[in-house]
Amino acid sequence: MTYIAKPRLHHPTLATNKVGYTRRDYEGKISTLCAGCGHDSISAAIIEACWELDIEPHRVAKLSGIGCSSKTPDYFLGASHGFNTVHGRMPSVLTGANLANRDLLYLGVSGDGDSASIGLGQFAHAMRRGVRMAYIVENNGVYGLTKGQFSATADQGSRSKKGVVNTDSPVDLVAMALQLGASYVGRGFSGNKAQLVPLIKGAISHSGAAFIDVISPCVAFNNHPGSTKSYDYVREHNEAVSRIDFISGRDEITVDMGPGEVVDVRQHDGTLLRLRSLHPDYNPGDRYAAMAYMQRHQEMGEVVTGLLYVDPLATDLHTALNTCDRPLNALGPAELCPGAQALERLNASLR
Amino acid sequence: MSAVRPPEGAKAPSGNSEAHEVTSAGAIPQIEAVNDFVIKFANVNGSGSASANELFAKAILRMGVPVSPRNIFPSNIQGLPTWYEVRVTEEGHLGRRGGTDMMVAMNPQTWDADLAELEPGGYLFYDSTRPLPPSKFRSDVRVIGMPLTEICNAVYQDPRQRQLFKNIVYVGALAILLGIEPEVVEKLFGEQYKGKEKLLASNVQALHLGCDFARENLEPLGLRVQRADRVGHRIFVDGNSAAALGCVYGGATVAAWYPITPSSSVAEAFQKYCTKFRVDPATGQQRFAIVQAEDELASIGVVVGAGWNGARAFTATSGPGISLMTEFIGLAYFAEIPVTIINVQRGGPSTGMPTRTQQADILSCAYASHGDTKHVLLFPEDPHECFEHAAAALDLADRLQTPVFLMTDLDIGMNQRLCAPFAWDDSKAYDRGKVMSAEELEAGRDFGRYKDVDGDGIPWRTLPGTHPTKGSYFTRGTTRDAYARYSERGPDYIYNMERLLKKFATAATLVPQPVLRPAAEKTELGVIYFGSTSPAMHEALQALEARGIHLDALRLRAFPFPDSVVQFLAQHSQVFVVEQNRDAQMRNLLVNELDIDPARLVRVLHFDGTPITARFIVQAIGTHVEKTQASGAAGTKESA
Repeated sequence: MTYIAKPRLHHPTLATNKVGYTRRDYEGKISTLCAGCGHDSISAAIIEACWELDIEPHRVAKLSGIGCSSKTPDYFLGASHGFNTVHGRMPSVLTGANLANRDLLYLGVSGDGDSASIGLGQFAHAMRRGVRMAYIVENNGVYGLTKGQFSATADQGSRSKKGVVNTDSPVDLVAMALQLGASYVGRGFSGNKAQLVPLIKGAISHSGAAFIDVISPCVAFNNHPGSTKSYDYVREHNEAVSRIDFISGRDEITVDMGPGEVVDVRQHDGTLLRLRSLHPDYNPGDRYAAMAYMQRHQEMGEVVTGLLYVDPLATDLHTALNTCDRPLNALGPAELCPGAQALERLNASLR
Repeated sequence: MSAVRPPEGAKAPSGNSEAHEVTSAGAIPQIEAVNDFVIKFANVNGSGSASANELFAKAILRMGVPVSPRNIFPSNIQGLPTWYEVRVTEEGHLGRRGGTDMMVAMNPQTWDADLAELEPGGYLFYDSTRPLPPSKFRSDVRVIGMPLTEICNAVYQDPRQRQLFKNIVYVGALAILLGIEPEVVEKLFGEQYKGKEKLLASNVQALHLGCDFARENLEPLGLRVQRADRVGHRIFVDGNSAAALGCVYGGATVAAWYPITPSSSVAEAFQKYCTKFRVDPATGQQRFAIVQAEDELASIGVVVGAGWNGARAFTATSGPGISLMTEFIGLAYFAEIPVTIINVQRGGPSTGMPTRTQQADILSCAYASHGDTKHVLLFPEDPHECFEHAAAALDLADRLQTPVFLMTDLDIGMNQRLCAPFAWDDSKAYDRGKVMSAEELEAGRDFGRYKDVDGDGIPWRTLPGTHPTKGSYFTRGTTRDAYARYSERGPDYIYNMERLLKKFATAATLVPQPVLRPAAEKTELGVIYFGSTSPAMHEALQALEARGIHLDALRLRAFPFPDSVVQFLAQHSQVFVVEQNRDAQMRNLLVNELDIDPARLVRVLHFDGTPITARFIVQAIGTHVEKTQASGAAGTKESA
């Protein structure tokens, strides 16, 4: 997939979604990541999610930091404006972009080096501010572009490709997002597309700060025995708490429900998150229970995936600031400039 | 070329010697002056003196006499010394003069230094509740003692009131001593405490306690305030408020900031003005967004994001904040994103002197970030220009798609200054620069994000969400070709970098142009100055002229330097560059950018953290010119 150029033409009978786009319209440039990189699977899941959600590609703004993960926005949604910012500080740029135009959808893509080290502060503050976005961390526990150094999410005791043992405790971005007030928190695995696509769909449709940590093994530097972020390790230790479907409001269907088995969570905009509980004791509506559940399973060596927490009635920074409905970047002097008369009155008050 | 730096303490004649004479009154000589003196209040930070001292200055202003106050304060909330210096100046000299004619010495900690600062024949006003030995005074200074603590203790029970009203009581006494009309002060109280009758009454009471004591117990002074009509329509405002208002008028909708002295009041004033002017009365919704970010890195990041997405955005900070922002500034320069940064400069480097003034971030802003960068800098001279230039900065940032710095400093930012009233032309449209619309894209206009279509180095951009299939591009800090495609090809890189230079040359034609102030007589000597140095410079030029030293003066208002700066330098054999930093940063920028022979540019540098004075400039330039003339004459003699 990585090195094969995409054909310019596609089959005329490719299925279109409700806004008239084929899946190909959601693709971007050819990926320059390593063949087999988990990040490409995440790009594919984003493409799938946006196609299924009938999002017009140009209504998405995709922003990233620096690193392997942050290169990926070039590889999906080619008709969207993208912004590859500086290392770790995508969240602030996204916040500004979002404040300028609340009408677009914001997709923040970051990596573990990006978000858990240099960008830890910005990650934290974007979560607590409730910036409406889908913030996806493509987490491989390693620095790929600089060839194999541990990142801050690498587990204590895990080994690098060169055999070095990591002695530092890991930063758990999901635990932090929960604590800091993110209103949609999930963890996925790049090797599990069936789980990842609805997780991303839910995040994009969420009305507050949505965070998904996606374990995405680095095939070049972190996919070996001794790594806790390798494909094999995550497959063996994956513990999904729930399976979710995302259903848009206008398509509400009620099938396949068994008492106590399925929970429909209606969100602000009328969409539904259908949660099928795999663990009967798991409640995605309880932030503190989610934190305790995760930590308990982490101690058991399990990587808990799925939708871990959601506040379906979440609001965002625009609500908190009470900004006007029209995008700020569309306002002109008539709405913004108080005018010469007001200035005269002000002058008079300063004498 | 050596720097010219006379000691700050060196005495030189004041601007208006006729109205400022030392005469003999009995045994002690005293300064006699009407509407032309410097009075300084020495207080303890946190003692509530600030509003009383400001009230004093405003009362004189209301009597039609220009004043120029300066806050001199420590980086501390409570307990350390603080000063408020008021220059009463019928001539309208708004820079600092240097020296003090009357000291209101309310801080025992700084007593000795405060006393030493007084001009011979000056006046010392102090709290005489506790007697001081004669050794604590000067024989050439007249002492006015008033038992402020005793008076306040007798009238007020609450300890805080005893402290706070002490300040109002001395304002009352000074009003009588100096001829300030108490009714004027009362009127100011009335405006300040409108609707708060209890506060109004207690303040008026304290004022009269001071007035009555002075009438009954104190002799008149040689310093007088006399009604005049010299203020006109000018307004009295601080530069930070003015810059914030300029951002409101200029259409800024997104502001992100992180608290740092002396810039915090820019963001706070922006919040205040937006709340006043930009809230929809029908819905209560705000037409602005302000984020107090977690740090300066995030502040500038928010501004970059908002600018990229088509909103006018700014941040306000000071030197250390600029240091933190530099990586993003480089990104905004190279990715070509409009960004406005208000830098209220303070004493550096590092934490330096956080509450003192300097013009020492010129080079770090002109070339902020790694690699080859050059940024647009604007240098307002007073609050009026802070307003104008802030609005202009937003236009320039959009037009040029680049960071624009408004370079003010603590002296303009945090001191109220008398200046021309704000003005706005309602027919003015914002210059949004080259933003390609959906219609233009639809009509088939070629869009290459980094393509120099118009030959001015400024490319066209599109905003996210504009068109379903056309005009999208990927913004990045890595190099690219004219169509924004990632490229590491040398020719693509060179095309970009040279186009950015061309854009910078275009900027020189768009920025506020320098202001020339020709000398009364033809001269080979020139002087270049900028920003808050302006009022002291104007006064110094007059004083130098009185000494027979004529200089053509050019006030820089922006970097890049327009052609007129090159012409000015070419027309003068020697040009003084007056600035408030150690390393002659503006001079270096002139030498570096214009290939000027450094020997022709004479440094005049003031950098002790206080605002530059007219006295300092006169001394520095005067001494240098006279020395050069003397050695020139000697040389002529020898050769003859």
